[in-house]
Amino acid sequence: MVGVVIVSHSKKVAEGIREMALQMARPEQQIIAAGGMDNGSIGTDVHKVSEAIKSANMGDGVVVMVDLGSAVMTTDTALEMLEEEIRGKVKIADAPILEGAISAVVEASLGSSLATVVSTAEGARNLKKC
Amino acid sequence: MKGSIYEVMAVIGQAIINNKQLLTDLDAAIGDGDHGINMARGFEAVGAKLQSLEPDKDIGTILKTVGMTLITSVGGASGPLYGTAFLRAANLGLGRYELDKEIAANMLAVAITGIKERGKATRGEKTMLDVLEPAYDAFVEAAGAQKSLIECLESACESARLGVEFTKTIVATKGRASYLGERSIGHQDPGATSSYIMLQTLLEYIRC
Repeated sequence: MVGVVIVSHSKKVAEGIREMALQMARPEQQIIAAGGMDNGSIGTDVHKVSEAIKSANMGDGVVVMVDLGSAVMTTDTALEMLEEEIRGKVKIADAPILEGAISAVVEASLGSSLATVVSTAEGARNLKKC
Repeated sequence: MKGSIYEVMAVIGQAIINNKQLLTDLDAAIGDGDHGINMARGFEAVGAKLQSLEPDKDIGTILKTVGMTLITSVGGASGPLYGTAFLRAANLGLGRYELDKEIAANMLAVAITGIKERGKATRGEKTMLDVLEPAYDAFVEAAGAQKSLIECLESACESARLGVEFTKTIVATKGRASYLGERSIGHQDPGATSSYIMLQTLLEYIRC
């Protein structure tokens, strides 16, 4: 099953999104929040993100949901620090973080491939709300 | 150790820490108001890390330590950006204990490429690249005219200063400031400013 990592500048945002996504998840699914800095301040933390990716990977790859600007740069940097073997199985979804995370979790719970999970997450961009 | 890269980095770090408020105020105007706080936190961590190293390490080792520490401690976009820049420059400094104009220019070139790749950015988007690229161009031009290292750096710093001024005239299209669109005009870019402070501090250090 594809794992999901949520990278936000805010610890609370990442944990809140994880909490909402968990409602739609299967018990064995890996959804890891990587929000904020180690000391709790606002920011993104390369170590936290790379550890989250490692924990989320159950062998089928990991989709990373990101919030603003430097979340992408931090994730790219974390990927460069990971082993080649895992790096090839991680994709950042270009999607709204909350809607994307929930779509990704649902798709992953069906046992879909990484490419399908990423594409479903990115599809969340077009969800109409009203 | 006077004249070492170790001391240069300590002095640059101190300059950033001294300008924490300025950088934060600039960022508060058009961004998320954390550039000074993040950069100061990063360079405080760099200072602590450097103290655990032998000061006589080669340039590559020192710059690699700076880069890795910035990446892991800054927390904002400037961490991966400056961190990548220092790591790229570090590759050219491995086993070296002295810098000449050519190596310095090459280090700046690879650092700039690193920033462009990491930030997926180009010049003219109101970022640190609007300082670093003109500084590099001026440095190379002065070096080509057989100027001394100090003169090359002087040219680079003057172009860097103009680059900071230039950022006031353009709209931000990268980073948090891009959310402001037209409202970012009139404000100088905080990242461009921190890049200028680093170059200017290096020049002042080498001068005396």
